[in-house]
Amino acid sequence: MTSTILELRGISRSYAIRQGLLGRKVRFRAVDDVSLNVEEGRTLALVGESGSGKSTTGRVALGLEPPDDGTVRFRGAALPEIDSPAWRRIRTQMQMIFQDPLAALDRRLTILEQVREPLDIHDIGPTGEREAVALEMLNAVGLGTGHATNLPGQLSGGQRQRAVLARALVMRPALLVCDEPVSALDVSIQAQVVNLLMDIQDRMGLSLLFISHDLKVVRQISQRIAVMYLGRIVELGETQAVLSNPLHPYTKALVSAVPVPGRPTHARIVLEGEPPNPAARPSGCAFHPRCPLARSECASDIPQLTVRRDGGAVACHVVASGKVCA
Amino acid sequence: MVRYLLIRLLRAFITITLVVTFAFIVLRVSGDPAISIMGDNASPEAMAAFRKEWGLDQSIFIQYFNYVTAIFQGDFGHSMRGGGPALDLVVSRIPATVMLTLPALLLKVAIGVPAGIYAALHHDKSLDRTVMVTAVAGYTVPSFVLGLLLVQIFALWMPLLPTGGTGELSHLILPVLTLGIGGAAILARFVRSAMLEVLGQPYIRTANAKGIPWGAVVRAHALPNAAIPTVTIIGFMVGSLIAGSVVTESVFSWPGVGNLLVVSVTARDLSVVQCILLLVAATMVLSNMFVDILYGILDPRLSNANSEGR
Amino acid sequence: MVMREPWANNLHPDTVSPFTIPAAMPPGPLLAIQDLTVAFDGVSVLRGIDLSLDRGEALGIVGESGSGKSVTWLAALGLLPSFAAVSGRVTLEGKDLLNAPAADLDRVRGGRVAMIFQDPSSALNPVIRIGRQVGEVLARHQGVSGGDIRAEATRLFELVGLPDARRRFDAYPHELSGGQNQRVMIAMALAGKPDVLVADEPTTALDATIQAQILALLTTIRTETGMALVLISHDLGLVAESCERVVVMYAGRVVETAPAQEIFSNPRHPYTQGLLAALPPFEGPLRRLVPIDGQVPDPSRLPPGCPFAPRCTKREPLCETAVPPLVQAGFGRLSACVAQTPSYVRPEKDRVLA
Repeated sequence: MTSTILELRGISRSYAIRQGLLGRKVRFRAVDDVSLNVEEGRTLALVGESGSGKSTTGRVALGLEPPDDGTVRFRGAALPEIDSPAWRRIRTQMQMIFQDPLAALDRRLTILEQVREPLDIHDIGPTGEREAVALEMLNAVGLGTGHATNLPGQLSGGQRQRAVLARALVMRPALLVCDEPVSALDVSIQAQVVNLLMDIQDRMGLSLLFISHDLKVVRQISQRIAVMYLGRIVELGETQAVLSNPLHPYTKALVSAVPVPGRPTHARIVLEGEPPNPAARPSGCAFHPRCPLARSECASDIPQLTVRRDGGAVACHVVASGKVCA
Repeated sequence: MVRYLLIRLLRAFITITLVVTFAFIVLRVSGDPAISIMGDNASPEAMAAFRKEWGLDQSIFIQYFNYVTAIFQGDFGHSMRGGGPALDLVVSRIPATVMLTLPALLLKVAIGVPAGIYAALHHDKSLDRTVMVTAVAGYTVPSFVLGLLLVQIFALWMPLLPTGGTGELSHLILPVLTLGIGGAAILARFVRSAMLEVLGQPYIRTANAKGIPWGAVVRAHALPNAAIPTVTIIGFMVGSLIAGSVVTESVFSWPGVGNLLVVSVTARDLSVVQCILLLVAATMVLSNMFVDILYGILDPRLSNANSEGR
Repeated sequence: MVMREPWANNLHPDTVSPFTIPAAMPPGPLLAIQDLTVAFDGVSVLRGIDLSLDRGEALGIVGESGSGKSVTWLAALGLLPSFAAVSGRVTLEGKDLLNAPAADLDRVRGGRVAMIFQDPSSALNPVIRIGRQVGEVLARHQGVSGGDIRAEATRLFELVGLPDARRRFDAYPHELSGGQNQRVMIAMALAGKPDVLVADEPTTALDATIQAQILALLTTIRTETGMALVLISHDLGLVAESCERVVVMYAGRVVETAPAQEIFSNPRHPYTQGLLAALPPFEGPLRRLVPIDGQVPDPSRLPPGCPFAPRCTKREPLCETAVPPLVQAGFGRLSACVAQTPSYVRPEKDRVLA
């Protein structure tokens, strides 16, 4: 039995936005009652389209944003208050990398300096050994010593993402949250970074929360998957099971939308309409206006995430009633 | 909408108050009007009487309070030199100033906008460089240098135009040129960079890909977008209609507001200086509001951002 | 004020075409690109592209960033900025486009060949109502005027499935979502009743479910109007299912061309093989990805031989020195690799239209 390293219980997070220049402020729930676990040494993928709340969930998980409701527990203990000394200590064990590595790097510092920097900030290890530790980590991510003295501008996109990864990993974190880490990379480079992440996970026993819209990459890298739509999890389970046999109508559409080479024609589920603005969340099941299976109750009652016999969970009235071939 | 206007008005009020207060304090601490107006030779009694008459013997807080109260009653004080109402004195000078600044503004727009567009359309060609070198020269030369230069050339070497004074149309030409050339240069550079930015946008490529002739792409697709930032700087120029010609008026001894300001500052005629500064602040603020309204008309992203949502 | 197209200077490349244009072309390709090269500030980004497109064909162009897949089509339509040096030949039904007078080119663009782009929200003019933006094409290429413009634009909006089409004529782009704006772009492209629609990464900026909608729409429109589609994408899977024939580009060259199914079942060029091995599978058992080592070469420092040679697992000594030409590699297939043409000489006359 694997142990849970990160546990989110009933997390909600809402923002106030002003509707237009003169309008009143409207609060909307970016994340609504989300519960999930990241298991030690394993990867949980968080997938969804823009506005699904997957990135917000990632930031709340790291304690970068406080939840309005619910708790985040890291290794069994609640996250300390943001910016407290205890929080900063815990944060060294939880790192995050983003889609755009150039934005995450300081253009004026060399790669080596940036990878070493967190060690200096948190005063980790003897001063004399820090450079060696940083160099070792650069080697581990496949950025040879030759790149150590380069500035970010001198590296390619894939190399920059490796540098960002090295900087996150030099702290020897237990948990790494990756927000679309390979989306901006070309296929050939993307494969390099995906392999690297998986190798490092094996070697360091790293736990990953992998936020992505790319189901192909998610299938490759994750053991478990949570699908989000407008702030709520609609389906959760083992990645292989969910992707080969999706149950929620939204997951089905997402899976069928994945273009697969060598599969010239296949029956694709093309959803009507577009995800609504999170500020104008439909009543009941937020997916019901686009759902091919929607019934009357879907417009009024929010379906709860119900655990199924195979360990997966689905939030859908129709699936729960068993009136759909699964 | 009402809420929006109220906020804008409140902000305008605060801006004007800050300017007026700042001017008030600086003027009070920077010198004694009694000395500059009565002269060094005046007797101490006469000085004291002067200070008492203008309330300068009271504390600065009481002076400020009295000043503000008076403004709300429409009283902008009296000139310490001439004795007449400060406001009347200032207002009487406005037509002369506008006679310079308005043609100068038209000149700036008439030269600056086409020159900027032209330069942008010939980006990196010799035409562009010529326009830009001229523009840099135009706005790096201070207006008193430019003014004196123009006088030297057109009034002294080639005695075509008068060196200063008022009365005839010919008197206007040199001061208007002095004011207009610098502004035209600034505007040309600004319009050029706005145009270049717009011409690099994807929607310009889309318009080309639609088969719209280049002239029409520029007119219908590029210019309306480049107009949005350009309006800001023209608005700023409109704001300086009243008091944007201090140096030029001095050079050409033009009897406008700017000249009055210089004379009044030198003489420490506090009421007049304050009145001018208040007027300047008010026109600036007004033109800013005008720019904001124009923005709303030119850029649909601002005016109806709340009409539909998605 | 003289307003000239910024690229007008490049419409007359100094190379004199060796071809003469026959008065009436025999039924040949609808659009042909021959030896097209593009250089930015002396750096070659497109190095001799040969391509052809048949009437009604769905052609996919696949490549990573820097492969020149978009530049090819921007150059073909004269849409590159003026500092780009373009040479070669691009013909539409035999008529040269690169040397065409501006007025002729403007009739082709939007009228015969329409183009849509990656980020629809920035490809539409933010200060012009979308109905008017579509109306421009109707007025220019279809001679529609007055009140008919509104009716016809609304019809097009309905055709492309823009929700609430009737009320959308007066909307601005910022009032629409990315997917809706892409529908507007497609409506605008259809307004000129073109023979070719060039779609440059049309779904890359869109969410998965919207991507599926737009692809379905493009396919429907193609089958209903019979126009040819050029789908430019970095996504092999996407191109595979929407296109009949696929062109793979690398470092400013075409490296392989084949019917869609075959390029995936039996890729010939090592780069194509590498791309497929690097792609995570979505069906069947998981396997470790096989990345392509190294990275796309900097166009200013290309290797002397085959541009893919430094990353190629099947590299031979010859690859380091000679650039392999695109040659026949099976029925309806072309490949530019020494491995396919063991005994090749460097043959200018063997050049074939991809």
